[in-house]
This record gives sequence, structure tokens and C-alpha cells, in this order.
Amino acid sequence: MSDNPATVGGGRIERLGQWVDDRLGFSGFWKAHVSEYYAPKNFNIWYYFGSLALVVLVLQLVTGILLTMNYKPSAAEAFSSVEYIMRDVNWGWFIRYMHSTGASAFFVVIYLHMFRALLYGSYRKPRELLWIIGMFIYLVLMAEAFMGYLLPWGQMSYWGAQVIVSLFGAIPVIGEGLSEWIRGDYFISDITLNRFFAFHVIALPLVLLLLVVVHLGALHQVGSNNPDGIEIKKLKGSDGIPLDGIPFHPYYTVKDFFGTVVFFIIFFLVVFFAPEMGGMFLEHANFEPADRLKTPEHIAPVWYFTPFYAILRALPEKLMGVIAMGGAIGLLFALPWLDRSPVKSMRYRSVISKVMLGLFVISFLALGYLGLMPVTDFYTLLSRIFTGFYFLFLITMPWWSRMGSHKNEPERVTYASR
Amino acid sequence: MSDGEVDLGRRRMLTAATVVTAGVGAAALAAPFVLSFKPSARAKAVGAPVKVDISKLELGGMLRVEWRGKPVYIVRRSAQALDTLQKVTPELFDPDSDQSDQPEYAKNATRSRDPELLVLLGVCTHLGCAPEFRPQVGSPGAANELVGFLCACHGSMFDIAGRVFKSMPAAANLEVPRYRSIAGGWLLIGADGGVS
Repeated sequence: MSDNPATVGGGRIERLGQWVDDRLGFSGFWKAHVSEYYAPKNFNIWYYFGSLALVVLVLQLVTGILLTMNYKPSAAEAFSSVEYIMRDVNWGWFIRYMHSTGASAFFVVIYLHMFRALLYGSYRKPRELLWIIGMFIYLVLMAEAFMGYLLPWGQMSYWGAQVIVSLFGAIPVIGEGLSEWIRGDYFISDITLNRFFAFHVIALPLVLLLLVVVHLGALHQVGSNNPDGIEIKKLKGSDGIPLDGIPFHPYYTVKDFFGTVVFFIIFFLVVFFAPEMGGMFLEHANFEPADRLKTPEHIAPVWYFTPFYAILRALPEKLMGVIAMGGAIGLLFALPWLDRSPVKSMRYRSVISKVMLGLFVISFLALGYLGLMPVTDFYTLLSRIFTGFYFLFLITMPWWSRMGSHKNEPERVTYASR
Repeated sequence: MSDGEVDLGRRRMLTAATVVTAGVGAAALAAPFVLSFKPSARAKAVGAPVKVDISKLELGGMLRVEWRGKPVYIVRRSAQALDTLQKVTPELFDPDSDQSDQPEYAKNATRSRDPELLVLLGVCTHLGCAPEFRPQVGSPGAANELVGFLCACHGSMFDIAGRVFKSMPAAANLEVPRYRSIAGGWLLIGADGGVS
């Protein structure tokens, strides 16, 4: 871990550093996880989104803490306290827009991160648990976003929460009691707002942080996958270092830093010029205070929930809709065992697999669009078709993933230095 | 057993006893935590009936009032509106209101005490949105030909007595709360004095 303290020379600062390290062991941690953590050298653009998720998480934590300093979690004051932040608090609008844009950015980054896993088979053995922990992060993130959306206490906050909490009412026998237990009242009220605030600012962020640590721990245990979907640990040099591995620092710290800069350029363009994103990030109806007697003409969740919302609406019966929506997320947990393809990466998989993945992405995007639209017969029909394909993709994966002819994976990763 | 030898049986027993005791403690602690989520005494207390002046409610009009934090719709139905009730019966999911919640006096063809006056909870039985009131037929198209209530959230349609149509996301008629008329053209929502 460290050199023998007796042989360490240097000045006072170095000696102080050594003194601390002898008691903390930080240098060992740094080596194991950063400076001597070997990642495949062929990472491409898809590998930015993990580190970006971490960046957004920190951004949400910091802006979130600043917002709690002026926000009031009560039905009487919540809406006006958000307006107060927007108008009177110094730079309040900036902090709030960063937080609201950050929520959408979080999902953009996470969806691309998950797509990367689908593309290169990153959930396959030995990374099954890594994927499952990631799915839990996704679930907690959805809960976090949903509860956060109630806090401004606008019309969409209120009715969105009403609909989602009522979903639990569809569960036979315990359903009604369960939604009452979640609300703490017979309707979405001050009590509900107050407890959602507690979940949003304390309970869920703690769980999220813990899961992120476990996710990274699992990643470093098994090592990163790469666009070729082959294990770099199979071929090691005489020094025990994977031949196709490069130390995370400085190579990927520099790359991720670059990605972060590009991300922030785009992020702040949105924050400054389109924080509402035409009603996609902050919905128009949410600029009216919650009115529990009147549902807005058209209610839709924020864009990142709409694919699942479209699945819910596609089914003619409530319980079936809820089961389908739960199943659409639940089945993703089983992905490592559904995929039976002989090779991991889409680069070498059969044409059938490529077409299926392409159609799945189209279905997911189409469902996302349909979830934003009002209910019409035609849209319902389309929702049913795409919902059907969403499930077809997952349920029949054990069969189609083995069909067709695949290419052989290379021995070494594909990489050309420039 | 000689000195210094480990008694594994004893260790297992002690471990098991510790785990069980801790488990009981954890369960006992979890109960109050979980129960603290249930509606508080104050939340339960806010449930008194409300009085509504309906003397100025015109024919074909609707009043929205709040009772227990939920919207209550009061509609004075015209004769034409009441005529549609018969016509739509074959298309309804539960025309006789056998599976829905309503007081006994509202379990009839018009789902009301007085055929003209409809009192409903404006809470969609699907996921709790407040359905829109559609007093008359609009342009052609399934949803537009509806006389009744349309829940914009998920497209459930109800007739002018709050009865749900077949194959809708909602699978129950809108709930009718207890109510009775009181002196001076007022209506009391949330209580009926126990009479039918």
C-alpha cells in the first residue's frame, strides 16, 4: 500500500500526507479504484453516461439543498414559496431551473446509459448484479422524481400524484388501504405533501447514494464491459495488467472531464433558453396552483414516465394496466437471463438481434410520444401495438436472441490509436 | 468436554436466541413506524357533511363542491338528458349499479333520489381524476356523442347518471355519496340522517 514510513523523505507536507495516509489508507483506495483500476481502452461515446449520471447526481444534491432553504412543504405555502424562489431569492430562478432541468437531464443520461447496456450486452455474465443494482437505482430515481414533482403544488403536481397513488388502489384487497397509507389522508393533502418532501429530500437520496456506491463497487469487482463485449481480464501481460486495459486515471478521468464540459454546455443552453422545454420539463398546467376540484383538461406525466404511462392506458382494465406497467419495468430485471445470445455486443450479434433492438427502441420512443398525447381511438390502437412489441421483445428474447448467425468476437478489443 | 474446546451447539443456540430477540425487537419497532403513515386523527376528523345552496342551479347546469377534499358534482338534469339514460343502457358495463358504491336510495335507473337532481363524487373510479361534465352532444365521434362525463386522464366515459360504459379503463360507476335535501332549497352532502 505505502512505502515504509521510515524511508520516506520529503518536506513537512509530504510527511503530514504520509501520516494521514498511514491512518486512513486513502492511497490504497485511490490505486484500487482510480489510478490502477484498469478499464478497457476502447470505450466510445456511450461510455460517458455513467460518469455524467454521477455529475448530475451531485448537481441535484447541491441545488436541492439550496432549494430546501427557501421552500415550504405545506399545501398553503408550497406554490407561493416556489414563486418566491423564482422571483425574490437571489439567483433562485437559476438554482430552481438547474434542479428542474437536472431532473430531466438525469433521465436522459440514465436512459442512454441503459441503452448502452443493451447495445453491448453489459448486463450479461458476470455483470448480472451490476445490472440489477442499476435497475434499483432507476426505480429509486423514478420515485424520487415523482415525489419531487408534487412539491411545487401546481395542478399537474396534484393530479399526477392523484393518478399515480391511485394506481396502488388497483391491487386487490389491500389496494385502497395501501393508497391511503401512502397519502396519509383520504386525498392528496398537506399531509401527503409533507411526507413526500421528507422522502424526496432525505430518505430516497440516502438510498440512492448507497445504491450508487454499491453499483460502483460491483462494477469495480467485475470490471467494465466494452463495445466489443469481450473480457479484457482474459488476456493479461506478465505484469498481471490486462493487455487491453488502461488506468482509469488519467485516461478516463480526462475523457470524462471532457464529456462533462460538453454536457454542461448543452445543459446550460437548456437552463438559460428553454428551461420549460415547451412544457416537457415543466408542464404548463403546473403554473396554476393545485385545485382539487378540477382536473386539467389534459394531464400527462413528465416525459420520462410517458412510455410506461402509455402502457398503462393501452390496457382496457385498471388492474391489467397496472400489472402491465409494473411488468414492463419488472421484466427488465430479468434481462441477464432472458438474453441467450452467444456473443454480447451488437457489433457481432445476428441481424435479427439488431432489428429487434432497433424496433424496441422505436417502440419505447413511440410509447413515450403516445403517453404525452390525449386519448383517442387511433392513439389507443397504436399504444396497444407498441406495448405488444415491448413485451414481445422481452418475453421472446430467449428464442430470438439465439436465432440467426452471429460473427465471432475478436481476441483483442477493436482499437485504433490516433 | 475439556477446557478450551468450543461448544458449537451452545454457540449456535446463543446466536439463534440473539437473532430471534433482535428480530422481535425490530418487528416491534417497525409497527409504530409503519402505522405512523396512516391518516392522523386530525385527517380523520375533517369529514363533516357540507351544506350547498342549489336553489340557483339551473336546468342542465352543474355545481362543484368540496367534501372531504373530494369534488362532488351536483347536476340538474334536463328531460332530454334523462332520456339518454334508457338509450345507452345496452352499452353500459354495470347498468343496474350492482357493483358500485351508492346509498340504497340511489340504486335506481337515475341513480338519484329525485330523478332531476344528480349527486356524484367527481372522482373517476379508474385513477381518481375529476371527470369533465359533457351536458350535450358535440360533433360526431364516440367521445363527442357522449352526454355525461368524460375523464380526460384515461378516456373513461360515464353516462349522465355516472354509469360507466363497457370497455373503459374505469370498471365501476361513479360513486354517489349520502345526501338529502334540507329546508330552503339546500342540499346536505355526506349525511342522510339514516333515512332512505
